[in-house]
Amino acid sequence: MIENIDLSLVNWSRAQFALTAVYHWLFVPLTLGLSFILAFMETIYVRTGDEVWKKITKFWMTLFGINFAIGVATGIILEFEFGTNWSNYSWFVGDIFGAPLAVEGILAFFLESTFVAVMFFGWNKVGKKFHLTSTWLVAVGANLSALWILVANSWMENPVGMVFNPDTARNEMASFREVVLNPVAVDKFLHTVTSGFVLASIFVLGISAWFLIRKREEHLARKSILVAGIFGLVASVAVALTGDSSARTLAQVQPVKFAAMEALYEGKSDAGLTVIGALTDSGERLGEKKVHDVKLRIEIPRLLSIMTTGKGSGYVPGLKDLVNGNPEKGILSVSEMMERGKYARQVLTDYKMAKEIGDTETMEALSARFKESDFTDNYFRYFGYGYFEHPWQVVPSVPVIFYSFRVMVGLGFFFILLFILALWFYRREALERNRWFLWLALLSIPLAYLASELGWIVTEMGRQPWIIQNLMPVGVAVSNISAGAVQTTFWLFAVLFTALLVAEISIMVKQIKTGPKH
Amino acid sequence: MITHAFLQGYWWLIISLLAGLLVFLMFVQGGQSFIFSLPKNDTQRKMIVNALGRKWEFTFTTLVTFGGAFFASFPLFYATSFGGAYWVWMAILFSFIIQAVAYEYRSKPGNIYGTSLFDTFLFLNGCLGPFLIGVAVATFFTGSDFTLDLFNSVTWGSGWHGLEALINPVNLLLGFAVLFLVRVLGLMYLENTIEDGDLAGSIKKAMPRNAVPFLVFFLSFVGLMLLGKGFAADGVTGEVTMVRYHYLHNLLGNPVILVLFLGGVVLVLVSLWMAIFKNPRKAIWYAGAGTIPVVMALFFIAGYGGTAFYPSTADLQSSLTLAKASSSPFTLRTMMFVSFIIPFVVAYIWYAWSSINRRRITPEEMSGDEHMY
Repeated sequence: MIENIDLSLVNWSRAQFALTAVYHWLFVPLTLGLSFILAFMETIYVRTGDEVWKKITKFWMTLFGINFAIGVATGIILEFEFGTNWSNYSWFVGDIFGAPLAVEGILAFFLESTFVAVMFFGWNKVGKKFHLTSTWLVAVGANLSALWILVANSWMENPVGMVFNPDTARNEMASFREVVLNPVAVDKFLHTVTSGFVLASIFVLGISAWFLIRKREEHLARKSILVAGIFGLVASVAVALTGDSSARTLAQVQPVKFAAMEALYEGKSDAGLTVIGALTDSGERLGEKKVHDVKLRIEIPRLLSIMTTGKGSGYVPGLKDLVNGNPEKGILSVSEMMERGKYARQVLTDYKMAKEIGDTETMEALSARFKESDFTDNYFRYFGYGYFEHPWQVVPSVPVIFYSFRVMVGLGFFFILLFILALWFYRREALERNRWFLWLALLSIPLAYLASELGWIVTEMGRQPWIIQNLMPVGVAVSNISAGAVQTTFWLFAVLFTALLVAEISIMVKQIKTGPKH
Repeated sequence: MITHAFLQGYWWLIISLLAGLLVFLMFVQGGQSFIFSLPKNDTQRKMIVNALGRKWEFTFTTLVTFGGAFFASFPLFYATSFGGAYWVWMAILFSFIIQAVAYEYRSKPGNIYGTSLFDTFLFLNGCLGPFLIGVAVATFFTGSDFTLDLFNSVTWGSGWHGLEALINPVNLLLGFAVLFLVRVLGLMYLENTIEDGDLAGSIKKAMPRNAVPFLVFFLSFVGLMLLGKGFAADGVTGEVTMVRYHYLHNLLGNPVILVLFLGGVVLVLVSLWMAIFKNPRKAIWYAGAGTIPVVMALFFIAGYGGTAFYPSTADLQSSLTLAKASSSPFTLRTMMFVSFIIPFVVAYIWYAWSSINRRRITPEEMSGDEHMY
């Protein structure tokens, strides 16, 4: 049961994974986007033969290399932490979850690592077209890698394409197609990679703006702004569209996360989407969780209903409906799900015990239950709920998700405006005259990182307390090691990653100040 | 007919191949372990770092793919070993994190920690990475202190969580054997890649000092392993028992394993002879062609022939066999189709490598304007 689990161990394990993921995600989106920007720039160089474009490409490539190395370093930890810190999870779903990771290695990592060497070292060793192809393959490889890891992550949000095998006590893949084409995966991949394109475009835009502020490398800066502006604008619009699509899917597969994002406690029809709001403690409690009021609220009427149901009058369940149940709307209470989950777990335990003592008659009878649709649809699907003690435990931290979501979305729309302005001023040859814009572009770089990280906070914190939605809470997924061991490695990682980040920023800044080689 | 047993065997073959490639590609680590002792000046050090730096990512990627393939095909091993032998794997990971950034940052302007710290990172990764991987793999033959419950949740017997493997002399033998092997491979690679007469002289002197310890450690490990007891698993019941000469039987009982092992050992010996006495520049190819089948043969001995490849010394019946630890037939079959792309991957890697490695690295190149470490 979940109360028997060392909460300190669970929290430190979560903290370590979150630390690694947050650091890793500081570097990955820039790789995803900048690799394509390099490919665009080098394509222009190869097509026009203009050496200026070669110089521009090589300058941004140097920054790409500095960022790329630390992204690789933090990435390897994430893969192995599934085993070191979440070993019960690794067994329970390794049959499904491991496959995309292996495919990622075979299809994407080798592509990326092979051609990144040609990209860096091949300028004077291979032909122009081969070099250009290599640069494109690095971009394709990096983004293919994102595809597979996001397929794996999306499965945790919406587990599909599997059956439970009571003999092995784990979920096993039944359809690779369903796993790959999981609607959450499709939305998440498009949303995530395009957000990486936006971040990289803002990175190029901001640094180019700095050159213009300093009246240096103006030719490079203007050309870079053109490429980043076009790419960034297309990508930022795509982010908005895929974000909308993601939210619709989310409302169906993770209604609790969706309600928490809106701080929607009472379900209602004609529900509006909160654009801005401030949460205050209402004094009421949902179990041991605070119930929040949304003050200073500005909302778009009926939009939430439309997003969720496709109709303005559609009913959107609130957290109270989802926890306490709402028979009128066909929503089961969590306490009922807990009972059904406990029953499913008991059937599994009885099966394993019968197997242990060689009671084949009981084994056969219980094994048959896992093939009955009544059992799988009405009991086993709530397997993970059987670990909880209180219904309110399924509610994530509402303020964290509510604010993270709003800041992320707000910044997303701000970025669209930023790229429009960049292209507008470029076209009117007015970039240098509008120094406020140049400063705004430069200062937007940290905002792009903030928005990107917040996206993951909404995703991962919003899924709590689940490691696999409805199937496995984080508390039962941890490895059986001491909290002290994880605490020690947490601090080792924290110190090491921070030290490396400081080194990366210092080298990056120095390289930018030095500018391109003439 | 593609049976579950066939798929398990197929995936153990892939894992073994990746392990062989990984050990060969750790010539990068082997070369790094010489970063302070081999070069006589900064130019030589720079040549060494740049020669290795153009390959480090292949080793890294192979390690990541090795982990991913193990996760996908034998998830119970992934859960048991990584979740139990926590400290050994964490130490290995740490040594690889510090490597990844060291190349890119060591000589860049703005490097606030100085070149020597990053060179120390390369040295540490070069020594610790191969040694610890060798120790971890040795536990495939010597066993680990864990038990599994009804639901396959692992409990590690020792509070040292994997570090206790370091006090087993047999494990240490393989750890040192791998370390000295990759040092030899590193020397061969540097000899092959760098055009510098003075450095070639240093490499020639260092070769026997590393080749002899490698042979001593490797042969000692193989001797003890083959002549000792092995963890045999009954093909029908899965019951695990200790059987004397079990690994020797696996070696002699399967002609493929025997040919791979003996052929690989001969090729490695030929490469050592070439490196010390004859044509050192070509030795790396013979060493590579020998290392990969030897490592594969060791993995075959550990996994095939009714053997528990990840044995438990605390509870023999908790030991992992290919049948017990593997993924479902569906996953293994799906992944098998994906693995058919591997020859294509090898082909493009080969093409890309040969494209940028046509010329050997010279001191003059180090002062050019190319991307440098």
